Amino acid sequence: MELLRLNQISPDQVILWQYGFIKITATLAYTWMIMAILILTAVLVTRGLTSGEQISRWQNLLEVVVSTIRSQIYEISQEDPGHYLAFIGTLFLFIGLSNLLLIVPGYVAPTASLTTTAALAICVFIAVPSYGISRHGILHYLKEYFQPTFIFFPFHVMGELTRTLALAIRLFGNMMSHDKVIAILLAVTPLFFPIIMHALGLLIGMVQAYIFAILAMVYIASATQAHEEKIHPPKPETPTGQNP
Amino acid sequence: MDTIAFVAFASIISAGLTMGLGALGPAIGEGMAVKQAVAAIAQQPDEKNTITRTLFVSLAMIESIAIYCFVISMILIFANPFWDHVISKGG
Repeated sequence: MELLRLNQISPDQVILWQYGFIKITATLAYTWMIMAILILTAVLVTRGLTSGEQISRWQNLLEVVVSTIRSQIYEISQEDPGHYLAFIGTLFLFIGLSNLLLIVPGYVAPTASLTTTAALAICVFIAVPSYGISRHGILHYLKEYFQPTFIFFPFHVMGELTRTLALAIRLFGNMMSHDKVIAILLAVTPLFFPIIMHALGLLIGMVQAYIFAILAMVYIASATQAHEEKIHPPKPETPTGQNP
Repeated sequence: MDTIAFVAFASIISAGLTMGLGALGPAIGEGMAVKQAVAAIAQQPDEKNTITRTLFVSLAMIESIAIYCFVISMILIFANPFWDHVISKGG
């Protein structure tokens, strides 16, 4: 079943159901499906959590996922990952699952539509100053925009805007290009090459989910930690004297 | 050449040029970044995790330039606003 025709650039243009001005597009339906899968899995698995020696295989899976995300966050921020786990983990799991389900026939990744990726990028755009303000207070956070002099204020603002745009366009472009390459290859060499490109697309999807979450974490870490060095200047590195 | 044919001609030519020239720079940049990262891993295998993570993030940054070009060429081919404008004017 080919839901998305070649000349349709985003799944927003596929309308599944319409009543008056209310439209259910393919993006909306698949986004709901992914949210339902994530929430149902989490609820069903965490219902029977145990700390004994015998754990179910689903609890094992969730423990691996959560502890991996925690360790990745810790490696970047070098602090307790508990604050950031909910936001970063949700971003990674949502994008990762929506890219991974591409192996299901008839499925169109909602991340291949610019509206979904723009919404995710705007979440990051809002989360970065809110983490920064909750850490340092609003005055200290705003002062960062005028470092080193006030001339740099427009450049800081432009940097925030362009990196949000880049975050959205990067994910959208990667996933949309995957859809288009598969469609074109199906028309040219329908037998074998689409499968190889599909396998490559799964890898690209996971890498993009990883990169989105890592970049969001890097932005948040830069907003929360930029001041610590000015308030508490780091002690100069002293050689520990471990001579070989 | 009438206007519709000219718009189609210009769109297709510039879509190809955008993709070709836009892939050139990021390709060179990614090659240099991977070269340095492999050399760094060969020198310090203990820092493999940090180097790999930084490499992935910076590759994504570099690659986004090529992705911009790809999006522009896709818009020129599949969702061209000038084409729609000319068609609606010409009837």
